Amino acid sequence: MTDAMPAGDRKPLAPPVEDTGMIGWARKNLFSSWGNGITTIVLIVAVVWVLNGFLEWALFTANFTASTGSECRGGGACWALIREKFRYIFFGSFPYEQHWRPLFAVIAMLAMLVLSADRRMWNWRLLVIWGIGSFVTFLLMFGQIHIPLSLILFVALVCGGAGLALRSALATPSERMAYYALIGIGAVGLVLRILGVLPKWSIGIAPLSYVETSLWGGLPVTLILATYGLAFAFPYGVLLALGRRSNLPLIKGLCVGFIELIRGVPLISLLIMASVMLPLFLPSGTTIDKFLRAQVAVILFAGAYIAEVIRGGLQSLPKGQFEAADAMGLNYPQKTLLIILPQALRVVIPPLINTFIGFFKDTSLVLIIGIFDFLNTANQALVDPNWAGFPGEVYLFAAFVYFIFCYSMSRYSKYLEVELNKGTRR
Amino acid sequence: MFKKVMAGIFAAGLVGAAGTAYAGKDLDAIKARGQLLCGVSTGVAGFASADSQGKWTGIDVDVCRAVAAAIFGDADKVKFIPTTAQQRFTALQSGEVDLLVRTTTYTLTRDTALGFDFTGINYYDGQGFMVNKKLGVKSAKELNGATVCVQPGTTTELNLADYFRANKMTFKPVVIEKIEEVRAAFFAGRCDVFTTDASGLYATRAANAPTPDDYIILPEIISKEPLGPVVRHGDNQFADIVRWAFFAMLEAEEYGITSKNVDEMLKSDNPAIKRILGVTPGMGKALGVDEKWVYNIIKQVGNYGEVFDRNVGAGSPLKIARGQNALWTQGGLQYAPPIR
Repeated sequence: MTDAMPAGDRKPLAPPVEDTGMIGWARKNLFSSWGNGITTIVLIVAVVWVLNGFLEWALFTANFTASTGSECRGGGACWALIREKFRYIFFGSFPYEQHWRPLFAVIAMLAMLVLSADRRMWNWRLLVIWGIGSFVTFLLMFGQIHIPLSLILFVALVCGGAGLALRSALATPSERMAYYALIGIGAVGLVLRILGVLPKWSIGIAPLSYVETSLWGGLPVTLILATYGLAFAFPYGVLLALGRRSNLPLIKGLCVGFIELIRGVPLISLLIMASVMLPLFLPSGTTIDKFLRAQVAVILFAGAYIAEVIRGGLQSLPKGQFEAADAMGLNYPQKTLLIILPQALRVVIPPLINTFIGFFKDTSLVLIIGIFDFLNTANQALVDPNWAGFPGEVYLFAAFVYFIFCYSMSRYSKYLEVELNKGTRR
Repeated sequence: MFKKVMAGIFAAGLVGAAGTAYAGKDLDAIKARGQLLCGVSTGVAGFASADSQGKWTGIDVDVCRAVAAAIFGDADKVKFIPTTAQQRFTALQSGEVDLLVRTTTYTLTRDTALGFDFTGINYYDGQGFMVNKKLGVKSAKELNGATVCVQPGTTTELNLADYFRANKMTFKPVVIEKIEEVRAAFFAGRCDVFTTDASGLYATRAANAPTPDDYIILPEIISKEPLGPVVRHGDNQFADIVRWAFFAMLEAEEYGITSKNVDEMLKSDNPAIKRILGVTPGMGKALGVDEKWVYNIIKQVGNYGEVFDRNVGAGSPLKIARGQNALWTQGGLQYAPPIR
């Protein structure tokens, strides 16, 4: 009776230390058998060895402060090169003392992208965000923006047409009148403008000095090419995908032909066509901005790929959805925008983001036509005879920046998948 | 060079369709625009490259600036348009650039069938050899039996074979596709000799050698690669200005006129210098530019010697010897017709 302790005082022993915590985990996962144990040790040694070499080069013997390339030579990594060149790598040949402009343009674009990533903004707000974001970006980059009369008329025409198509059943008579008025003003105005009755007139906003696209370079160029390439390619791809499933043979034929043609050639050949062949077909003296040509080539190319991705989503929808929409008495635009696309797009988010990431990186191909995107300005930093000879550092830096963008996109796709599939998750 | 040839053939095919219907005066268009559009390369050390502030420098860039100085009296009134090897001829044909100064080799087909005119040679390049000093080789004639690093499919490879055969020597080629890997192989000691255009050898030595002083570039140059400014057919006056803007830089060097002493030279009694600097008027009028055109070029850009030295010569990291690019009075090939 003396050796029996009262039950309440008994404390359970902690499990043996070998089975818990870090040690337990390691025993269970890394050293569960002789073979596993040896593999673990070999791999640890290999990792330490590689990491040691890398850190030695990148950190311990690296030079952060040299003022010329020759001072840098002989030791480890020459990060002084990045210090000297980072402004050029980010902003290219943009006038040096005005680098704040591309900086804020990049910030505006990133803000625009981050805001439109939020689902609460996916309505009329999106148009406002992109309108303001794009205006700020291009105003900063160009310095001066001239909005021609014909563009205003064209926008009026498109707005009126879209409103009429989407809200035909819901609109009050006065709203409908407004749409007709917009279409009327747009159409008549454009015809008069083409006939030369209306003068060539434009709204000019010119707070800063004008900087032409040939001086743009670095990150803004990559971001603009990718963002606007995909922003325009997306609706265009949706139209192509819908057209490919159309019952009208002409539309279907055109869409299939376009998609197959574009998918059948590499982006490089399209860019070369745009930059080398196109100018020869234009009347002498007229040149279309090189940047614009590249941008259009990217849009066309991305559009074809996005169309095929979206077609996959459209095909995954059961026929009943189409029939149900018809039975509700919805017209084609309403059926497509309200019933079909929301379901189809949800299905194709992973491959769509995959395409986006691919295109973000593909924009670096414009370097073959002499446009200085981010990768090309990084390349340029290698050519400067005073600093030449450190390709490793420059490409590592460029890879790091690309990684930040692509990894954010991939995380966002993950988030979006979870968000949009809440309804179907178990 | 093979690529250059291919691009030439490609562009020659294109120009058949485009024809040479370039009416109107390029010079008028340039003056109306207030700016010269000059096509340069997208980055060749010493010839055209952007510095840390995005400013273009190089020997090609300075030719563009000299032309701008002759036309406008202001060397900064020029916009540099980077062009790739494939795109450069189209850019000139389509009017995207007024003038192309882009390490372009002067050849008959380019001068004729492409519809262009070469206005001079601002750099005499040619294929050369680089070796490690440890080999103790002083001349390419001593390279019998050497292993040579070379890129395949270029005229470089053909020139190399021809040269060794002509001199009854043998060599073992180490053929590597990518230029970066060719360089790496050479500096790792996988071959005794590295061969490419001499300017490329100097740039490689300056940029990629672990210790540049361990390597020498042999004096023999075994091929001709004359690089010069190009304009399109159709405006002879503009072509003349480009031609003489470059000649003026050579003439200035010959007469000892530099950017530093040009103001004193205005007081010179030498009739040739008086003509060149426009103290005795007439030359500018004949060319259709301001009488002080040479003064502006030399003051703002410098004479050829200064330009060479600053961009590729002793005053630059490339340290290219003047060699064939020395004036004719000093044993080189650079020779300008007289300004009179």
